[in-house]
Amino acid sequence: MYEIELLINGRPFRGAAEARTTLADFLRHTLRLTGTHLGCEHGVCGACTVLVDGVSARSCLMLAVQADGAIVETVEGLAEHDGTLHPLQQAFRDAHGLQCGFCTPGMLMTLVELLRETPHPSEDEVRDAISGNICRCTGYQSIVDATLAVAGAAGTEGSEP
Amino acid sequence: MKPPPFAYFRPGTLDEAIAILGRTENAKVLAGGQSLMAMLNLRYVFPDALVDINDLFELSGIEIAPERIRIGAMTRQRRIELDAELYEAMPIFRDALKLVGHRQTRNRGTIGGSLCHLDPASELPTLALLLDAGIETAGPAGVRRIPVGEFITGYMMPGIGPDEIVTAIEFAPWSVAHGHAFHEFARRHGDFAVASAAVMVERDRQGVVTRCAIAIGGIGSVPQRHGAGETALTGSDGGPDAIAAALESCAGLDILGDFHGGPDYRLSVARTMLRRSLTAALARASERTQQA
Ligand code: FES
Ligand code: FES
Repeated sequence: MYEIELLINGRPFRGAAEARTTLADFLRHTLRLTGTHLGCEHGVCGACTVLVDGVSARSCLMLAVQADGAIVETVEGLAEHDGTLHPLQQAFRDAHGLQCGFCTPGMLMTLVELLRETPHPSEDEVRDAISGNICRCTGYQSIVDATLAVAGAAGTEGSEP
Repeated sequence: MKPPPFAYFRPGTLDEAIAILGRTENAKVLAGGQSLMAMLNLRYVFPDALVDINDLFELSGIEIAPERIRIGAMTRQRRIELDAELYEAMPIFRDALKLVGHRQTRNRGTIGGSLCHLDPASELPTLALLLDAGIETAGPAGVRRIPVGEFITGYMMPGIGPDEIVTAIEFAPWSVAHGHAFHEFARRHGDFAVASAAVMVERDRQGVVTRCAIAIGGIGSVPQRHGAGETALTGSDGGPDAIAAALESCAGLDILGDFHGGPDYRLSVARTMLRRSLTAALARASERTQQA
């Protein structure tokens, strides 16, 4: 077993994991942070996407030991402590960007990365960013709409829809 | 599913990594993990040990010199995609990398990992073959530089020893006026290609093709150079007849059928991709030659 210490959403966590434990299972089972979802466990669906040291990664394709000392951001860290949703979460809610919500954590974390890099993305850039995230019920259009709405709102004005 | 148990090593130096590989039976090198971790989760592979080389920071970086470009094996695909200087010198890298997986996998996936996994449909081995790259490895006997044609020995079989580690890829840049293109067809964006065609060309001011390289991925057990197509183009005016001859001679490539379709289908997809890539690369070469 390996002793792992990491910073998740600004809070220190520690736990023990076998070498073969993925970061996703460590988050969900050991640390009980079940916001991160697992759809396929082989890197295809994107539901398990988290940010590791600021960049998006599939947590099913990383070992927990590899995240020792890392700064990890998960969907649990998006809303304020008082429950106020992150603007992107609010936009998803307003635009019906989710139905069952299974893909949502991965969608949100991927789009958080995109919007940090590119605050006013074009529709093509949004679609390209989530090309590795599979949603089986919402149909993508409202996810794209929600992202463009929040990007427009954050901008000065006249940002490309 | 979950990976089978294995011992885990994370060496801090290349020498240490090679020593561990030398004394450990059935060990696998873990680079970006974007193929290996999936194969572990699916239990396609059962290594007794993983040697994680993510702490070998010296294996990461891009060096651009007039005669030679060197990319460290652990350089993340996303960094290669976004590198402005590399884009300036060899824009085909960005075109190819946009087709590699998705942003989340490119953030972790490495060029060396992709080369060693050697999926016939993946873009980076096809690109290495196109550029006549040298693959640098380090092992107990020292450093070797393997021509890419020898590195690619068969279906997912890189020509390196069990105690060797790929450390870098090197190749000579083309002239500033070269034209390039990388087109592929996949069932969904980011999937492995049914067929891909990578092209580099140079033309003189009269439009005569002075140099041409073509690599085709996805259709056979390994990426392939399309020598007959290169011959058809080189010395020609790059017009419709030369392109038609290059497409025609695709029939001589090694083509396998799979669940996407039989060999005829894949040949036809390969021809379409090659037509697009040749047309785009020839046009770019003309444009840049006029500007130069
Ligand atoms: S669970 Fe990680 S990509 Fe599907
Ligand atoms: S909301 Fe159900 S899978 Fe996306």
